This record gives sequence, C-alpha cells and structure tokens, in this order.
Amino acid sequence: MSRIGVFICHCGENISRTVDVERVAAEIGRHPGVAFSTDYKYMCSDPGQTLLKKAIQEQRLTHVVVAACSPRMHEKTFRKAVEVAGLNPFLCEMANIREHCSWVHEDREEATVKAIDIVGMMVERVKKNRVLAAITVPVTKRSLVIGGGIAGIQAALDIADCGHEVILVEREPSIGGHMAQLSETFPTLDCSQCIMTPKMVDVANHPKIKLYTYSEIELVEGYIGNFQVTIKKKARSVDEDKCTGCGVCMTKCPQKKIPNRFDQNIGMRSAIYVPFPQAVPNTPVIDRDNCTWFKSGKCGVCQKVCGPGAVDFEQQDRLVVEAVGAIVVATGFDLYSINEKPKGSAIKGYGEFGHGKIPDVIDGMTFERLASASGPTGGKILRPSDGKEPKQIVFIQCVGSRAREKGISYCSKVCCMYTAKHTMLYHHKVHDGQAYVFFMDARTPGKSYDEFWRRSIEEEEAVYIRGMVSRLYQKGDKIVVMGSDIAVGVQVEIEADMVVLATAIQPQKGADTLAQKLGISYDKYNFYSEAHAKLRPVECATAGIYLAGACQGPKDIPETVSQASAAAAKVMTLFSKDKLEREPVVARVREAGCVGCFACKKVCAYGAVEEKEIRDRQGNLVKIVAYVNPGVCAGCGTCQATCPSKCVELDGYTDEQIVAMIEAL
Amino acid sequence: MDNRTQQDFEPKIIAFVCTWCTYAGADLAGTSRMQYPSNVRVLKFPCTGRIDPVFILKAFQQGADGVLVSGCHPGDCHYIAGNFHARRRFAAFRKLLEFIGVDLNRLQFSWVSAAEGGKWVEVVTDLTEKVRTMGPMVEFKELALEEQWSGAIDTPELKEAYNAI
Repeated sequence: MSRIGVFICHCGENISRTVDVERVAAEIGRHPGVAFSTDYKYMCSDPGQTLLKKAIQEQRLTHVVVAACSPRMHEKTFRKAVEVAGLNPFLCEMANIREHCSWVHEDREEATVKAIDIVGMMVERVKKNRVLAAITVPVTKRSLVIGGGIAGIQAALDIADCGHEVILVEREPSIGGHMAQLSETFPTLDCSQCIMTPKMVDVANHPKIKLYTYSEIELVEGYIGNFQVTIKKKARSVDEDKCTGCGVCMTKCPQKKIPNRFDQNIGMRSAIYVPFPQAVPNTPVIDRDNCTWFKSGKCGVCQKVCGPGAVDFEQQDRLVVEAVGAIVVATGFDLYSINEKPKGSAIKGYGEFGHGKIPDVIDGMTFERLASASGPTGGKILRPSDGKEPKQIVFIQCVGSRAREKGISYCSKVCCMYTAKHTMLYHHKVHDGQAYVFFMDARTPGKSYDEFWRRSIEEEEAVYIRGMVSRLYQKGDKIVVMGSDIAVGVQVEIEADMVVLATAIQPQKGADTLAQKLGISYDKYNFYSEAHAKLRPVECATAGIYLAGACQGPKDIPETVSQASAAAAKVMTLFSKDKLEREPVVARVREAGCVGCFACKKVCAYGAVEEKEIRDRQGNLVKIVAYVNPGVCAGCGTCQATCPSKCVELDGYTDEQIVAMIEAL
Repeated sequence: MDNRTQQDFEPKIIAFVCTWCTYAGADLAGTSRMQYPSNVRVLKFPCTGRIDPVFILKAFQQGADGVLVSGCHPGDCHYIAGNFHARRRFAAFRKLLEFIGVDLNRLQFSWVSAAEGGKWVEVVTDLTEKVRTMGPMVEFKELALEEQWSGAIDTPELKEAYNAI
C-alpha cells in the first residue's frame, strides 16, 4: 500500500490568492493512498524542503506529490530533496497549480476545484511511478574529427591541446582543405598559406593527433561516449613510414601533364604527386588511373629512383577500427559546378555563363589559384586560354546562390567579400586593368567587412553594377558580357578578357551518405542540421556528434574557426566526466511480447532501436526482437505509441501512468 | 446517463501536450497572467509522438467532452520528427473517429510553441466555447457503463454460473 505525501505550496500569495490551499490539502488528504497532506507558504525554500524531508521520514512516505509551480521550474529541486530523504527521486511528481491554475483563473471556486483535480491526477500517476536509476554510460576520451580543412584542424588542435587523443580523417592526400587553396584572405589580405601551413604542421607534429589522410569513413557504430568507427585507408602506393618526402619520384615521373585538382585543373602534376608543395603529410600518392605502371605494367621509374624504397605498387586499401567517444564533423563545402544539374532543380546549371565552354570564364576558386604566389602561374593573373594578362575583367556574383528556380535559395555568404577581395588582388597585379562587378546586393556583415568592400570601390576602382548578366558569348578573343544596370535602368555591354563567376557554396558531394552513416540529419541542400538553430548551433540532434564549419551552412574563415573551437569545447565538456549520467526516461522493450516487426525501428529518429537475437540454451535462434539502446534513446516515446503489440514502454511515461491520470479525471 | 442540462453544463476538456513546446507555452500563459476558462486539464508527454490514440478514446470514455492535442510546430520537434509521426497517426485516427460517429469538433489538434502563450489561451478558449455549445458528450459514457457491467461478477447468479464452468 502506498503512503503518499502531498505538499501544497502557497508560493507566497501566488497560489493561495486564487486557490484555497487548505481546502485542497484537506480534500486530497481523503484521497485513497494519501497518508499525509499539508500546505506551506514556500515549499521550495529551505524550511519548506526540510518539512518535506522530515515528513518523508516521520510518516514513512513512499511517494511524494508537490503541488506548486511548473515542473520545468522546480522538479529538479524537489527530486533532489526527496533523494536526500532516502526516497528514489523518480517517485516524486509535481502538480502544476500555479502556471496552469492560480495564475490563469480568477474565480476562487473554479481554481480550487481545478487544483484538486490536478493534484488528484498526479497522485494517481505517482502511484504507478517506478523506481528508476539514472543511466550511466562510460565515456571513451578520444575523439574523431572528420575533415582536415581549417575547421577540422582547429577542432583537432583544441581537443588535442587539452590532452585528449584525436583521430583526424581527411579524404584528400593532404590536410588543408579549401583554405590552403586560397591566395589571400579578407578583410586583412593576409596570405592564406602563411597562416594555414603552420597550423597544418602543428597537426602533423602533435603527439596527441593521429592523422589519417587519403582515408574515408566506412562505418560508424555505437553511441555517445562509445563510437566504433571503421576508417578506410586508401592505398597510397607509398609507404608513409619509409618515405622521406624528398620528391625525386615526382621529378622523375614521366607523366607530367595530369590536371591538378588542387589548382582547379589549370596547373599540371605528375602521376606520383603531392597536391601542393606544403602538403601535410609530405608523402606522395600514386594516382593509379594515370600511372603508366598501373595502366600497362611498364615504367616503375619512381620505384627505381626512390632511395628509401618507399614506393609499393602492391599496397591495398586497408580498414582500421578506432574507438572514440565524440565525433566532430567538419567536411566543409564544395563549389557549385554550373555544368551539373543541382539537386532539386529542373534545369541544368547556368549555360548562359558559358562555364566549361569558354575557357576564360572561370570560377572564384580558379581565380584564387591564379592569384596565389604558389599557384600554377606564380601569382600572375593570366588567361587560361592564351596566357595573356586580362585588361578588362568581369566578376559575376550570385551564380547559383539565391536562385530559387535553380534549386538554391540561400545566400552563400562569402562571395560578396571574396569578390571585393578579387577586385583588389586584380588591381594590385594588373595596374592598368579595370574590374567590373555585377551584383544583386552587397552583403557585408562582419568585423571590418563593409569597410573592406567600400575600399574595393573607393580605392581600388572596381566598378560595381547592380544587376544580373543575361548572357555572355565569345567574340574573337573577347567575351561579351550583356547585363543590365538596374540602378540607372540601362543595358550594359562589356567586352571582357576574362569572367569570374562567384559560384554558390554547396555541401561536399556525398555529404548525405556520410550523414546516413553517422545518423545525423541534413537539410534539403544536404547541409548538416544542428540540434537548435539558436541555442545549440554546434551540436547535432544525435548525441555525441558536433558540427564545425561549412558542412552546416556557408561560412567564412573566422566563423568556421569559432565554431570549430566551440565544437572542441563541447567535446571537452563531454570528456570532463568519466561517466555520462542522464535522465532515465528511455524506452524499454518487453521482449516476451515483441514480434519483431520493427515498426519502432522505422520511426526512431535516433537509430536507438537495434535487432537482438533471442536464443534458447542450445543456441538455437528463437526470435529476433527489438532492443532499445539506452545510451542512444532520447526518450520521445514515438516507438511506444507506434508499437502494434504494445511491447515498448517509455520509463516515466508508461501507459499505466497515463491511463491512471485520465481515469482520475 | 448524463443528466446535466445545457444551462449548467461545464465542459470537461483534456489536453495532451508535449513538454517542450505546448506545456512551456501554457506555462508562459501563466507567467504572463493571461486568463482562460478553467475547464482544461493538462497531461504532459515528452512528445506528441508518444500520444497513443487510445488515450483520446480513454479520455472520451472517462467523460471528457473535448480533447486537445498539441505539440511543437512541424519542423520544430525537440525529437526531430515525433510530431510528424503524430500528425500522420492522427490524420488516420480522425477518419476512424468520424466513422464510429464521434463529432470531430470535439477533438482539436494544434501546434503551440513555447513562445505562444497567447495562442494557447486562444486554442483552449475556442475549444471550450465550441464544446459548450455542443453540449455534453454522451456516447462514450454509455460505453463505459456497459463495460463496468460486463466486467464485474458481483451478482450471486453470475458467480454461480462462473463457478460452474
């Protein structure tokens, strides 16, 4: 038999002004199962809590209902007090008679009747409450960072500097990402390589960072604190331990005319290559599709010239399993290619801009490589077609971005700033040249950003034309750009030597596949979704996985670095405890009744439902049932309402408890 | 049978709400000292996805004259997609209720966010007033009586028959 204690709070006068608390206490005292009921001016105060604890011990109470404010306010307070008095905290419930009663009703009689109902309902509920124990899960204090761009590098360094091991996985042969490709960065115009490469070296030298380049995530299993990650190390054909990075193989390789993707395919590389001279690790990789040895079985020059004997044609892809407790996803972005049909669009790219057809129509990243001192032209702005210096250059903004009909309605955020930067770099390198910019709006929020943009117009003489380009075509060795200037209301025609398109930022290709492996959600553009747009911007809804950088949405470098450090801080918060404790509101499967239909598995947004085999003593398979992993379960209860055989129960919100409440009314 | 008359009829409204949005919205109505009819009794769930349609039937059976189900706006679910599952479930369930002859005006679904104290007041007030004009819900109460009768073995004849089996 339960001995329930009911405590009615006056909340000063907040409750007692409209609710007759003495009457509530008296009526509830007659309720079956209630052994003790009283009222007090401030239940949450120290004397109030002492009263509660004393009553539990003296009256040998088994359950407690505190009728006061919203449980969102003081449930934790009272559960703690109950625990101190020796009761299981989950045998304490709150009846909300302030926010839901005394504050919203004026009639004293009505409010009192309602309060009695609410308290009675909670008394019936608490009778069915079960003893629950907070769930603890161990935490593996190692973390995985996916992506070795500036976001991944920053997150990895921050976590490693706190003394925890980091596994950094990068798909390309070198870390560095897009930032390593940039020439100079806005709004300070400092050289990207100069600020980036020291960080890359820090990563390589850090004793706590284990670097996997030329590797991809194959499989992710487990849950917060306990992930098992399978990483595919692609065959490099060069032994990383033996290679000294001397580079002789690359100079002797007879295949030298392979477009280098790092240089946006305007520069050339050999078949055995590092993407750029400052690559980390400085170990070459053999591009098997273009290597003569792999194509015809002849050549093998690199192997012959390699002093340490590091070239290994027999190397195979290898799978490595790593155990980690947290994952930072920093896979970055890709540029919208106007030759492709974007997701959600009925039309293919931007044929009207001639990208891919007219060689001197390039995208912003190609311009970065042209302007970069370490780029294929050594920092000279030269046309890809004939190597001449362009004297008239046109920049077109919002190519792909903010174009609903092409399936991308968002703003790519960085293009206004980098186009302003491009006009400056151009003006610094081609003094007698003229830059024109077609733009819709200039969006320059950010520290020193608008000043920078103004400078490109006022000091660097870029001509900004508000309006879009309708068409461009080749005429001799010129490109005729036709557009409108909506500020003046005239048609504009410019004979340009070169056109640079500010193409939209998109998530990396395969971002959705990776998200499915990780069990995180993504939006219609494949950008990863944060748990809360405002208050939890670096966490995924899936516990233990955090986001950094442009994989979540277009971002500039300072924002990316901030978010990466924030993600690292979140990982450190997780690692500050040896065990994770969480509310035991999780679903549990009654295996005897489960028929294994897995309707629960289909509706679970967290992937918490697993398949479990039930075997008899001889080891024969009896049946496969659902099993809810309490470490992953978030406690929404959708599985319970879905289960056709009513064999899942959410602790704390069981059918028994809910029905008891309904029946009390 | 319900012998309350139309004049002194005070409808009983049961609200099933999720803890993250609507419960918090109702709290906000309280902290903002808004006023609404006292007919509503609120049951808190982690998510609308947890609300089994059986609870709605149970509420009607227990004498509710109107039922309100409310959670986070689509896309705002604390548990990613629980409210979408709820929405789909209730779309089908409404058809069933209609089929068995329950006036759908007694059942209201709405989205009330944690910031919409005013909307909570509006929804509750509207439903209460609507149900007040409709009068008491009697169908399920009759069912409840039947169930009690068939479930109990309290007459000597029944006991005898039972023991004879």
